[in-house]
Amino acid sequence: MKRYYIMGLFSNFEEAFAAISDIRDHKVPGVSVDDVTLKSPIEHPEIEEVLGDRGSPVPKFGLYGAIFGMIAGFFFLASGQATFLVQPSGGKAVIPLPSNIVLAYEMLILFGVLSTVIGFAIAARLMTRRHPLYSEKVSLDQIGVMLELDEKNVNLVKDLFKQHQVLEIREEVAS
Amino acid sequence: MQTKDINENIAWAKINTDVLRSMENPRMGYWIAVVACLLMVSCAVMAEIYQYQVGMGPGNLNWPHMWDLYIATFVFWIGMSHSGTLLSAILHIIGADWRKPIYRFAEAMTTFSLMTAGLFPIIHLGRVWNMYWVLPYVSDRGIWPNFRSPLIWDAFAITTYLTSSALFLFIGMIPDLAICRDNARGWRQKLYTVLSMGWQGDDRQWRNFRKIYLLMACFLIPLAVSVHSIVSADFAMSIMPGWHITSFPPYFVAGALYSGCAAIITLFIILRYFFRFDEYMTIPILEKTCKLTFAIAMVWSYLTLIEFASVWYGHDPVAKEALVSRFVGPYSPFFWLMLFCGIIVPFALAVERFRRHLPTMFVVSILLNLGMWLERWMIVTPTLATSYYPFAFDVMWPSMVQWAIVFGSFGWFGLLFLIFVKVFPCVSMYEVKEMVFHRRQHNSPEIAKQFHRRASDRQAGDEQPSTGGA
Repeated sequence: MKRYYIMGLFSNFEEAFAAISDIRDHKVPGVSVDDVTLKSPIEHPEIEEVLGDRGSPVPKFGLYGAIFGMIAGFFFLASGQATFLVQPSGGKAVIPLPSNIVLAYEMLILFGVLSTVIGFAIAARLMTRRHPLYSEKVSLDQIGVMLELDEKNVNLVKDLFKQHQVLEIREEVAS
Repeated sequence: MQTKDINENIAWAKINTDVLRSMENPRMGYWIAVVACLLMVSCAVMAEIYQYQVGMGPGNLNWPHMWDLYIATFVFWIGMSHSGTLLSAILHIIGADWRKPIYRFAEAMTTFSLMTAGLFPIIHLGRVWNMYWVLPYVSDRGIWPNFRSPLIWDAFAITTYLTSSALFLFIGMIPDLAICRDNARGWRQKLYTVLSMGWQGDDRQWRNFRKIYLLMACFLIPLAVSVHSIVSADFAMSIMPGWHITSFPPYFVAGALYSGCAAIITLFIILRYFFRFDEYMTIPILEKTCKLTFAIAMVWSYLTLIEFASVWYGHDPVAKEALVSRFVGPYSPFFWLMLFCGIIVPFALAVERFRRHLPTMFVVSILLNLGMWLERWMIVTPTLATSYYPFAFDVMWPSMVQWAIVFGSFGWFGLLFLIFVKVFPCVSMYEVKEMVFHRRQHNSPEIAKQFHRRASDRQAGDEQPSTGGA
């Protein structure tokens, strides 16, 4: 059976959210809210109330990166300083904690930031090809609701969108 | 009189149009500014070439004045870099949405200030070809840099800050770069296609975007504080009179925020005037920035006075003599000018009539930054002129070479900024849209009441209100 992508473009969040709400209430059999992708020019503050909490792994990347940076930074410095063992250090510690804490702190932040950015690129699926149904109107002022559907549900979803004053419907056969 | 931060009736499409228009077809004023900046940079380049060939003598850098304008200006530019990222991050976390139209150019200012600051230690070294010695690598003699030295901490901190600030600026720009991509043609479209990294504005991307932006803000706040604390350690960890002061780290951080805020006001007025951003960079937003600057100015003034009090009541005769020489010594005119610009002038920010008058605020912001630059000079030079031993007392005035390089650094910063405003959107389009959206919600209780119900709770027959996003 062919799979279709359908995207409805709405003029405001209310109509788009109402359409998603109907999908969540199973007004279209066999179509779940998990199949919905919302495209918008801004991030709506209450989007999770409509789509459900979908989570994000980005904070974990930040946390693990920061821990790695702190530990690796400290051992990097300590290993460099340990090569001075052959030289007199004038009574000072070979591996001085106060200065190493300052530098390990900087490394914590540097690696925390870098890994957060990497996590974001992965989690947000950046650097992938744009979807064929991507509309420039979404970056302007319209709200897109996109679904991947079986052929039998295409017309039902189109009807649902029309009930909510959809401005435009675009469709594409999934490859 | 305009009282709203932004007019909630602006159409989203108009925001795109206005900001994208600011990136097109530079006018004559823009090219004049570019030529002026290029001339300033060429002054610095010629001075540096001369200094490179002849040595540091023409710069008047000689014992005991090993540090002078180069290091003072380095600290100034590092300070200038602080407000953009730090204030943007703090205001983002506390949800102050008036930051939205102005944070982009402030963050760009951070990045370019750091790029300017980074030049000064290299120039100051004299032997510029050895600049890589400061990097943490093991030399062919098996020796690492001295990790106990605050100068090495500087290298770590500034590298981290530059990387993080540039990424913070870039990540925050991705949705806008997608807008640029969708509207551009030719080389610009290719550039924005690469830089927007396939942004499509779907909920997955926005969800992760919100997380990363918040996380980066959380990383950047302590980082920004640590960077200027570390720069202050270059001085405070020495035993020189006038430098060995416990309050230096907060004093430097407050000074950094102060000069950065003043620079934000300057750039705000310039961008508003030249790009006709009256609807986005509004007077109420300028007023809020001025109030914030005034508050920071008072913190800085307090720390300045407390620094004097600490030295005075510390009864260290050498430190006391160094302090007194600032008030009555050969550098005293500049010291008093610094106090005037740093402590007296900011009171203009407390007067509403002045805050709403752009030419006055422009002059005030320039004077504040003059005061902040003088502050750095007055930290570095008088101490070296009045050190421990009378035979080391020496008054040195910067040479034309030093002045030319310092002068050129402002041209370099200006040039980078001018390129930025024509290649990248200097007002965040998506965040201004968010601001407008929230204002509409806030100012229309009926719409908000219905909207804030869960969409699934909608009663049959209810009419959905339109917030008129388009």
